[in-house]
Amino acid sequence: MATLAIRDLHVSVDDVEILKGVDLTVASGQTHAIMGPNGSGKSTLAYSIAGHPKYTVTRGEVLLDGEDVLSMSVDERARAGLFLAMQYPVEVAGVSVSNFLRTAATAVRGEAPKLRTWMKEVKAAMADLEMDPAFAERNVNEGFSGGEKKRHEILQLALLKPKIAILDETDSGLDVDALRVVSQGVNAVRASTDVGTLLITHYTRILRYVTPDFVHVFAGGRIVEEGGPELAERLESEGYARYAALAGSGPAA
Amino acid sequence: MAGQTHSHTDQTVTRRVYSRDPDAFGVPTGREEEWRFTPLDRLGGLTRPIQPDGKIVVDVQAPAEVSVRTVGTDDPAIGGVHTPSNQVSALALAGIHEAMVVSVPAEVAASGPTFLTMRGEGGSQYGHLLVEVGAGAAAVVVVDHVGTATLASNVEYRIGAGAALTVVSIQDWEPTAVHVESQTALVGRDARFKHVLVTLGGALVRISPTVRFAGPGGDADLLGLYFTDTGQHQEHRVFIDHNAPRCRSRVTYKGALQGEDAHAVWIGDVLIRPEGVDTDTYELNRNLLLTEGARADSVPNLEITTGEVLGAGHASATGRFDDLQLFYLMSRGIPETEARQMVVRAFFAEVIDKIGVPELVERLTTAVDDELAKVGR
Ligand SMILES: Nc1ncnc2c1ncn2[C@@H]1O[C@H](COP(=O)(O)OP(=O)(O)OP(=O)(O)O)[C@@H](O)[C@H]1O
Ligand SMILES: [Mg+2]
Repeated sequence: MATLAIRDLHVSVDDVEILKGVDLTVASGQTHAIMGPNGSGKSTLAYSIAGHPKYTVTRGEVLLDGEDVLSMSVDERARAGLFLAMQYPVEVAGVSVSNFLRTAATAVRGEAPKLRTWMKEVKAAMADLEMDPAFAERNVNEGFSGGEKKRHEILQLALLKPKIAILDETDSGLDVDALRVVSQGVNAVRASTDVGTLLITHYTRILRYVTPDFVHVFAGGRIVEEGGPELAERLESEGYARYAALAGSGPAA
Repeated sequence: MAGQTHSHTDQTVTRRVYSRDPDAFGVPTGREEEWRFTPLDRLGGLTRPIQPDGKIVVDVQAPAEVSVRTVGTDDPAIGGVHTPSNQVSALALAGIHEAMVVSVPAEVAASGPTFLTMRGEGGSQYGHLLVEVGAGAAAVVVVDHVGTATLASNVEYRIGAGAALTVVSIQDWEPTAVHVESQTALVGRDARFKHVLVTLGGALVRISPTVRFAGPGGDADLLGLYFTDTGQHQEHRVFIDHNAPRCRSRVTYKGALQGEDAHAVWIGDVLIRPEGVDTDTYELNRNLLLTEGARADSVPNLEITTGEVLGAGHASATGRFDDLQLFYLMSRGIPETEARQMVVRAFFAEVIDKIGVPELVERLTTAVDDELAKVGR
């Protein structure tokens, strides 16, 4: 049982405050959806938790099972059990997917996985995500299509088995079939590992596969409303207009 | 990565002067094209005649069929391939009392690499090495520079028709060394020459490899790997003289730089003479700036004087270490040092994978890792 507690989190980028007091608790087995307009700070929240160097936390705390996440380096956070599937995964020229995955698994698990079982594990995980085994020999994200990058992120989720996973718009850019495959991939991880999930999305279509326990509306750098799955449906039909006032002066102001 | 630099109009290639007479060049002032990137005050006096007072101990490991010997400067083979094109090289050729000669007889394939380890034990010195590979022969020669010295030297490679020579020249000097070297290869008809230059150590290292062809069909593959640290000046000046028909050349130099005042210079001159019809040439230089304060100068220069080339191109790019890549790798639990290693190893892989001397791959990979660890981040 793991808990990620975000309390009164304020984050700035280049001295511009983007997050203005975020409170959110995600526990094992739970799925939280975050929805909100473009530029409201959703990715900022995700990256800040992962420790992206561009973001400065000016106030508040992030605790994983009581441990201070903000004082950990990026790699320590991952080894502590946090995982971020990025909205824009990064290309790493010259580093093969297979080398990358094995190095990451070795780091996160604390020992190198046995080569034979590891090969099987990777093969099976790629098959589940309907990824061509040839991807293992390609360079990390280099020349991957948008959808392929997202599958590769979920492949890592499946192999690294984090305690808490943040999925930042993993559904964006996926065609209908890919959305189903990726959602099934996420669900398989949820079923087998009891991961706590924070799912950032603009669309309810992924939520039909990955049912959230809670839906949070994000606007102007904070959570402005919370509810159950029905809230997502309402947002999709009504949009975010009603939250414009609540958001106050947005980060772009 | 940043863009390309072109300088076709620069006539530096054809204006080259060749002479055994140091006075033909004059003492460098730093304004010459040849010297404008080199901090002359850090050359340890090599721009004027020196009284050699240093010692370089050579350790030789060679298969039986390869002969390694020392000859006097009256040996007619000395200076037969290389004619100095700068004053330090001319001073060195005039100043030597003996030269080292590595010979592989015609039609002999050496059973293993020849290793020459030159250990500098301080002081100033002139040096000369000739590698002769007879027609149809094949050999691998590794020249390793360690210890410290202030050394001006010349190296000649005479590669017979249809022969294959791989040379790996490693500058693994201690941080105080100064090394200025000119090298010339004469590649025989249908011969293959692979030249790998690795520069890791030294205070100032300036190596100028030249390739020329003795007949048609020659192939020259020049690979370079350098790791320039705080305060180091590492300069590589490649010149490929396409003076014969149907020859091919590839130049691939990659360097990583880190630390305050780390300075790398790469000059890639390619001249395709009127007789160089059906030349196929491509040169590339890439620099990876790992920290602030490091500087890389990269000047490719292609001069084509025939209308009939198969291919001629160049690329030069200098880029910063990508912090986003580092973040991505670390966000998967990979510690920073290891993540940096992965990125830098990947950067150099294109060169290391092509060296083709298994004995060296691990050493060079480790050397790169060690260099990386030096910054102690
Ligand atoms: N360097 C910066 N200076 C000022 N504002 C910045 C800077 N970098 C990012 N921002 C702003 O931070 C805000 C939040 O960006 P973020 O990427 O977190 O939004 P998001 O909710 O994920 O949007 P989307 O739905 O489009 O992915 C945006 O308005 C963005 O323009
Ligand atoms: Mg976003």
